[in-house]
Amino acid sequence: MDNLSVEHLTGIKDLTEKDIQLIFQTADSFKEVINRPIKKVPSLRDITIANLFFENSTRTRLSFELAQKRLSADVINFSASSSSVKKGETLIDTVNNILSMKVDMVVMRHPNPGAALFLSKRVDARIVNAGDGTHEHPTQALLDAFSIRERLGDVAGKKVVIVGDILHSRVALSNIYCLQKLGAEVMVCGPKTLIPKYIQELGVKVEFNLRKALEWCDVANMLRIQLERQDIKFFPSLREYSMQYGLNKEILDSLDKEIIVMHPGPINRGVEITSDVADSKQSIILNQVENGVAIRMAAIYLLASKIGR
Amino acid sequence: MEKQVILNEKQFELTLNRLCYQLIENHNDFSETVLIGLQPRGIHVLKRLKERLEQILGHSVTCGNLDITFYRDDFRRRERPIIPSATNIDFIIENKDVVIIDDVLYTGRTIRSGIDALMAYGRPRNVELVAFIDRRFKRQLPIQADYVGKTIDTLASERVSVEWNEIEGLDKVVLYTPENNG
Repeated sequence: MDNLSVEHLTGIKDLTEKDIQLIFQTADSFKEVINRPIKKVPSLRDITIANLFFENSTRTRLSFELAQKRLSADVINFSASSSSVKKGETLIDTVNNILSMKVDMVVMRHPNPGAALFLSKRVDARIVNAGDGTHEHPTQALLDAFSIRERLGDVAGKKVVIVGDILHSRVALSNIYCLQKLGAEVMVCGPKTLIPKYIQELGVKVEFNLRKALEWCDVANMLRIQLERQDIKFFPSLREYSMQYGLNKEILDSLDKEIIVMHPGPINRGVEITSDVADSKQSIILNQVENGVAIRMAAIYLLASKIGR
Repeated sequence: MEKQVILNEKQFELTLNRLCYQLIENHNDFSETVLIGLQPRGIHVLKRLKERLEQILGHSVTCGNLDITFYRDDFRRRERPIIPSATNIDFIIENKDVVIIDDVLYTGRTIRSGIDALMAYGRPRNVELVAFIDRRFKRQLPIQADYVGKTIDTLASERVSVEWNEIEGLDKVVLYTPENNG
């Protein structure tokens, strides 16, 4: 088996289907590892990884950190709010300073689209994109597809609808690329104001009616409304959004099939998804979180295997 | 590549049988013993030993497979990543007598990784090693097998292959020597 075709994980767009399958295959093994009595393997004991978070995160950051520790890597954490970035240092300077302390890999979340790609071309370390603005969030898309594969056996041929704030969502874009590469059909659904113009060019279906979208799909991935990225009003009120696009038990039960419900988190209960749906057996939200660690272990492990001595 | 059969089908069978009786001598009814085959090729030795042991003993023997990919010490020294195989150990090894089983013992590094990987499942009382083929004089670590199918002397350029009826079509052990090997 060949290694990954990429040197950095900046986006799903650059990966081949083979790359994704290799990551899944490796993640299967890591999933077994993290369910052992001793959940740690020594593979990356001579690798140092810096987690640079220029934007808030709980789940992704913990998941990455846990994945790195399970692989026995040395980890340093950095968050922009408590750093010299506030004093006017540039991104490249910040990263190069960290790299001069002999760091091999950088996991970065940044509010600007393209930040990870920018960095990968200018510094001497492997870069893993943990979310760059509204652009991509590759590990989230991988764990989403991995969770679908785990529940339904395969991703190819499945119908997945992504519901909500598509315009501001990096999860949506990465998911579209990832699911399509694996042979799934993708639809986006949401208020017209939150669906990007020309998104059909990516080969996805567009639907403005939630019920119709749910009737079509096997899997519904509910996204959070990213109020922090919305500088204008895209819909009249959260209550109205929730009535039109919120997933509740009634609509779920009225479908003639049992669909799978996903959410990348954090959940705004009662807005895009009601509590009873989020906690129902159709929901695989917590499986997604568990798989997140295995997927991140796999991605880091495979990238690290390309670091020369 | 020159080919030399070290064990033919009949000798292969005899060797497996002998290993079984040697194991029984030390482990009685196997009530406190578990057998662990190392992925990817040790599991075939394990499968055969298990079949025979169960036939002789008349009851089942606890067995599992162990993958050691993430414990190897040659990570990042290889061109291509090694694809991990499945580990299935669905029993407790705490305080058990564990017998690790592999097809070829060579540098000893695989076994070192295997012992490391094993410890992630608990603290066995005792660990022993079955090597179907022992390429002696080539050890890079102080590791020896407790039960050996056959000991052979080889050059580093040679390759030993344990072949199985269910995979390669015939039970045999073959030594491959490059043509220009003086």
